[in-house]
Amino acid sequence: MFKITHAEFLAPGIKRFVIEAPRIARKQKPGQFVILRIYEEGERIPLTIENSDPERGTINIVVQSAGKTTHLLNSLNTGDEILDVVGPLGKPSEIAKYGTVVVVGGGVGTAMAYPTAAALKQAGNRVISIVGARNKELVILEPEMRAVSDALMITTDDGSYADKGFVTDKLRQLIQNGTRIDLVVAVGPIVMMRAVAEMTRKENIHTVVSLNPIMIDGTGMCGGCRVLIDGKSEFACVDGPEFDAHRVDFAVLVQRNTMYRDAEQQSMAEFQHAREAQAGAAHSCAAVAESVPGGQR
Amino acid sequence: MSPTVKKSLNPVPIKERMKVPRQLMLEQQPEVRAHNFEEVNLGYSTELAQREAQRCLECAKPTCTDNCPVGVKVKEFVELIVAGDFLGAAAKIREDNVLPAVTGRVCPQEDHCEGKCLLSKKVKPLGIGYLERFVADYEQRMGTHVVPKVVPTGKKIAVVGSGPSGLTVAGDLVQRGHKVRVFEALHELGGVLVYGIPEFRLPKQIIREQLDYMREMGVEFETDVVVGRTVTIDELMGEEGYDAVFIGTGAGLPQFMNIPGEHLNGVYSANEFLTRINLMKAYKFPVYDEPMLDLHGKSVAVIGGGNTALDAIRSALRLGAGKAYVIYRRSDAEMPARAEEVHHARQEGIDFQMLTAPVEFLSDGKGWLTGARCVRMELGEPDASGRRRPVPIKGSEFDLPLSVAIMAIGTSANPIVQSTTPGLGTNKRGYIQASEETQRTTREGVFAGGDIVTGSATVILAMGAGRRAAKSIHEYLTTGAW
Repeated sequence: MFKITHAEFLAPGIKRFVIEAPRIARKQKPGQFVILRIYEEGERIPLTIENSDPERGTINIVVQSAGKTTHLLNSLNTGDEILDVVGPLGKPSEIAKYGTVVVVGGGVGTAMAYPTAAALKQAGNRVISIVGARNKELVILEPEMRAVSDALMITTDDGSYADKGFVTDKLRQLIQNGTRIDLVVAVGPIVMMRAVAEMTRKENIHTVVSLNPIMIDGTGMCGGCRVLIDGKSEFACVDGPEFDAHRVDFAVLVQRNTMYRDAEQQSMAEFQHAREAQAGAAHSCAAVAESVPGGQR
Repeated sequence: MSPTVKKSLNPVPIKERMKVPRQLMLEQQPEVRAHNFEEVNLGYSTELAQREAQRCLECAKPTCTDNCPVGVKVKEFVELIVAGDFLGAAAKIREDNVLPAVTGRVCPQEDHCEGKCLLSKKVKPLGIGYLERFVADYEQRMGTHVVPKVVPTGKKIAVVGSGPSGLTVAGDLVQRGHKVRVFEALHELGGVLVYGIPEFRLPKQIIREQLDYMREMGVEFETDVVVGRTVTIDELMGEEGYDAVFIGTGAGLPQFMNIPGEHLNGVYSANEFLTRINLMKAYKFPVYDEPMLDLHGKSVAVIGGGNTALDAIRSALRLGAGKAYVIYRRSDAEMPARAEEVHHARQEGIDFQMLTAPVEFLSDGKGWLTGARCVRMELGEPDASGRRRPVPIKGSEFDLPLSVAIMAIGTSANPIVQSTTPGLGTNKRGYIQASEETQRTTREGVFAGGDIVTGSATVILAMGAGRRAAKSIHEYLTTGAW
């Protein structure tokens, strides 16, 4: 059992958990993730490690409510326990001195972009961060990102905060202004990562994305997380999760992530039904979030 | 013991024994079991077990034991069954085999003990696997297995992986007085015995009982630890103070054929398919949260001819598949699966498409599998494996409509431990180099065995490696010599 020592909402539907996991905290590096299972009948889902404290033996994860498991997770509080947490999984981000690095974080992906941005800054890079969210309330980790960036740009889809638009608008501006960019790191929804990849491909800017396919064991056994890289199967859990964005077949990733959409919707509907029955009609939870299959990073 | 010649307790005269037919084990009827996950074989009664045991010819030089990877003293335990001392028989097996209830069920006896049984020259071999299973189950029912008393040596061994090789190492070493801790990456112990082999062939309760017994003997277990990531081999031998490490991380990533359409929704690796069912209980969705594709009335095929392939397709059948095919590129004679499983699968109505291979998976245009384009094969000259190489027959292509295809064509080495352990030698396929005799790796104090050394093999071969490793770890810890 893994104890939650602290839980707080960062935004509506987005919660940060501090979890006692001393072994993982000692080993975690930017870019890595954990797989957790909340209870005996639960599924295993991959989640990014936002930060860790080796001294206290804790790790932080940031979770956005999307399907049943993430909703359930976000109903947990300080003092609750999670049945299984395993990690840190995946290869760490490749941290080196590249020069100028643009770190793009979309939505809850910002939580994974953050430790990488911090490490890149630490390694002596000039870090320009672009954080995007649907609206003002969903902008997360702004102070944290600001602290590790030479410049921070924020966009919201609806313009309710900072600049209206998408992260790619900011990236395009940087490119058009003639900013020399040595590396782009993009973490967020697949559509965002694909749009970033398409933009930098034309400019020949090396770009790394962190992929979030459906995954079960996360240790190189089941092969469920296979992604098509330059037309060949690779496995996000042991070969990734970070890949050269220009070699990734995003269409296959999108398609494979829809494999269980019906089951995910059924799970979610039953979960909401049970919850409504419990809470009574007056306090019904109306949040129908978009389905994010696999993990969310 | 007195040196006098022991008189056989067997009431059947030697000459008569060949006339006694091999005693069949009761089974669930094929049409019934094809729709449930209950065990296929139902076991021997004490009468049947004794009648079968009486067939043993009591060879002066028992070839059965020589051909057992862990060296079970077959003749001796069978004699104890004849004498009615079933607990004694179980204890006798346990001297060499810490998982008798498992091997009694999943070991390919035809390749080992039974394959060399003297009876098999004339009639069917002694049912050694059935008898082993009988005494292991009997012991479990009685609930009286003896925990051997040992003198602690003060040495600590870390075992990486709780599959058949790791459990064998742990069981053998704890009986020699060493402290043993087993690290498992998944949330459940047992490795392939739990995530790979289905309930109808190896009930999970059996594994839990074997694990309980090992805990009683003093073995410690820690789940949710991916050695190489959560903790490295160097850290285990350094700050955590282990005197030796055994690596038994098992089969690695599934292989694919690299043919068009392999990424379509509906194409699984056998490891993923079986893990969803066995480990994650996806067949109980939505009670369990892990989903899997609904197979009711669907056409499902497995590609491959090993035990994993048969486990997958027979699971698909039990989950309601309307048509269930095995597509195998060679013929019956080359099929690596255990003979009894092939027999059972045929009884259950699995359609074997032999000498056939897929060349492409077909799509509905929206990313979902609709079928496989296959080609018929003929056997040519022997290849590197010594088996005749399958060669495609020109113009024999045909389309097989399918909703789900399961790839069971083998695995490659899991890289995690190797890539995080400096100085640990690997071969050109990425598997860990270990001595065949001692299971020593290129790193002092580090031993390895099972699939991570040999590539995909069987439970009993992994256990054999575990047994050799335990012996040589004990020697190393006792003498200090590397």
